[in-house]
Amino acid sequence: MILALAGNQNSGKTTLFNRLTGANQHVGNFPGVTVERKSGIVRGYKGVTAVDLPGVYSLRPYSPEEKAARDFILNAAPDAIINIVDATNIERNLYLTLQLIELGKPMVIALNMMDAVRGNGGRIAAKRLSEELGVTVVPISAAKREGLDQLMAAAVSAAAGKRLPKRLDFCGGACLRCIHSIAGTVESRAAIANIPSRFAAARLAEGDGPMEKALALNAGELGAVSRAAALMEHETGLDRSAALADMRYSFIEEICARTVKKPVYSKGQERSIRADRLLTHKILALPVFFIIMFFVFFMTFAVIGVPLSNLLGGGISALALGIDRALADFGLNPALRSLLTDGVFSGVGTVLGFLPVVLTLFFFLSVMEDSGYMARVAFVTDKLLRGIGLSGRSFVPMLIGFGCTVPAVMAARTIPTERERKMAILLTPFMSCSAKLPIYAVFTAAFFRQNRAAVMILLYIFGMAAGLLCGAALNKFTPRENLSPFMIELPGYRMPSVKSVLMLMRDKAWDFIRRACTVILLASVVIWFLGSFNYQFVMVEDSAFSLLGTLGRFIAPLFAPLGFGEWRAATALITGFAAKEAVVSTLAVLTGNAVSALPDALGGIFTPPAALGFLVFTLLYTPCIAAVAAMRRELGSAVSAARVVLLQCVIAWAAAFIVYRIAMMFFV
Amino acid sequence: MTLDLLPIGASARVTTVGGEGAVRFRLLDMGITPGVTVMVRKTAPMGDPIELHLRGYELSIRLEDAKNILVDML
Repeated sequence: MILALAGNQNSGKTTLFNRLTGANQHVGNFPGVTVERKSGIVRGYKGVTAVDLPGVYSLRPYSPEEKAARDFILNAAPDAIINIVDATNIERNLYLTLQLIELGKPMVIALNMMDAVRGNGGRIAAKRLSEELGVTVVPISAAKREGLDQLMAAAVSAAAGKRLPKRLDFCGGACLRCIHSIAGTVESRAAIANIPSRFAAARLAEGDGPMEKALALNAGELGAVSRAAALMEHETGLDRSAALADMRYSFIEEICARTVKKPVYSKGQERSIRADRLLTHKILALPVFFIIMFFVFFMTFAVIGVPLSNLLGGGISALALGIDRALADFGLNPALRSLLTDGVFSGVGTVLGFLPVVLTLFFFLSVMEDSGYMARVAFVTDKLLRGIGLSGRSFVPMLIGFGCTVPAVMAARTIPTERERKMAILLTPFMSCSAKLPIYAVFTAAFFRQNRAAVMILLYIFGMAAGLLCGAALNKFTPRENLSPFMIELPGYRMPSVKSVLMLMRDKAWDFIRRACTVILLASVVIWFLGSFNYQFVMVEDSAFSLLGTLGRFIAPLFAPLGFGEWRAATALITGFAAKEAVVSTLAVLTGNAVSALPDALGGIFTPPAALGFLVFTLLYTPCIAAVAAMRRELGSAVSAARVVLLQCVIAWAAAFIVYRIAMMFFV
Repeated sequence: MTLDLLPIGASARVTTVGGEGAVRFRLLDMGITPGVTVMVRKTAPMGDPIELHLRGYELSIRLEDAKNILVDML
């Protein structure tokens, strides 16, 4: 038995899902879109699977999320729908309910957050509401685990008894006549397309192009539909989409007047309004936001994440060293030993070292998201990003990019629309990540001793400017149709649930570890192979003579126009793909220096303009393999991820070329 | 007048929801329908978007979309 959980964003859907399924969750994607799909077995109900549909406000097919929710209900045919309704915001939540009812599937309503309604001195007559809607209504509080057994009992019995909603007509008059007339016209078409005719008729009445196509209406039927709609428009004095929205909301207002009693402002709302006096204050909102982000970065990169990463990294190295010794004592083939220690352990170990950083960032992010603050961030930063087709929703993921591209790309999940999510993912690599800092440090120490800080700051600004330009170009050349508008609910502030936060962190950790053990393992082994063998497949001691060194020599001429057509620089750039820190360590190895002595040695390889070109190139070229793997996952396609890599390299080359040529004029 | 011109703290009744395509559908879905009362609670630090109070909840929309909504100030 499959139960689909449907509801608005911020209705407590995820909390309910977590309560119902506990730890038995499976995360995947809906077919064809990168909309996350979670499913899990309901605790105590063997054979009952709950599927968490994306949080939507309507069933129009205009965003991937809405389409995924609607297609799942229509095509996957769940045995029943559990519609979660936020009782503290019941009017707007019931709007989706009415559309779900039209789908004509067994359904129950979970009236969530009833504890808050009671706390405000409000009351909702659930039984009466149930009669008015023709659907069983179960008052619950997912956070307090109230009413969950009753909810499951009602859902299972509705599904088993195939009990359909008792009522489909929510008004009399013009709209109803129009819907009925259209339903009559398209009935046979709807049956062929396997879409409930009543749902199809309501969508057609308000003007739904994709539905006309899905039903394959002929000219005569289309004419009948538009005549019925025109009559309704004439009778109501509203255009067809406004007329239908008005019909639904008028019905909701009527039944709420009969069943709901609550204060104008709930206690939670009053608290939120007070908190927002500071958090969305006209002048203080942005400074407060930056202080909060500074705190998050400080905790992640100075207090918790990075020290833990170092500890973990140290642990992994120690383990690798121990195993290496044991293998040496055992007398294992040196090539195999090197594969295990230099390839597998150092490669996967380096990436796994990121794990504490990722988890710490996600801890703060999910607290920001679940508390309701993230919606405020979108509200206060929206205007900053609008010029490049992004909204305030993208601000935080991009900001995280300055720390590490991996969690930044993963954080783009919080962006509700697919187009914007993809754009944000493409632009995060332009935010110079913290792993590039060692490169900047060594090069500025070598070439720009007087202006180190200035050069570094310029690099960061240069990266952002390149991102801005690239974003503006992308915005111009990617299709805008189906663009979801920026309209976000500012939900009341809530205490984040410890369990939800922990479960999210666990999901992210698994996701990350799985990737480290698959894609990254493979890539590490390839890089190890290239660095350890020559073209005769004989293992070499000095990596200068390895395939990697050969490859470096081979591609070095590519960089000649940028001033550093030198094999050691090229090789360092290749290893930088594994991890950005490796650029510095490779240069140190290839020049035969310790990293501390490297600045003095670099003068032999680079001229100052070439060094500048090299810095710009490392700033902009392909993100590291961990980041590319994250992109592949979040973009849902290896081709897209490869395209990002290629695009970044081309942009980096062009930018480095320009910078190098300009710098030449000054240094000559 | 249009909704973007409504002063902070003022309430108004929506008369017409203009605009087109997905933006208009979303406005209607979020409850901005003819006849509903909305209050402008505040504007974001850069003057845009604005925060509205309607149907018992808070909604943020951009000024360019608010321009398409005709209202009668109460």
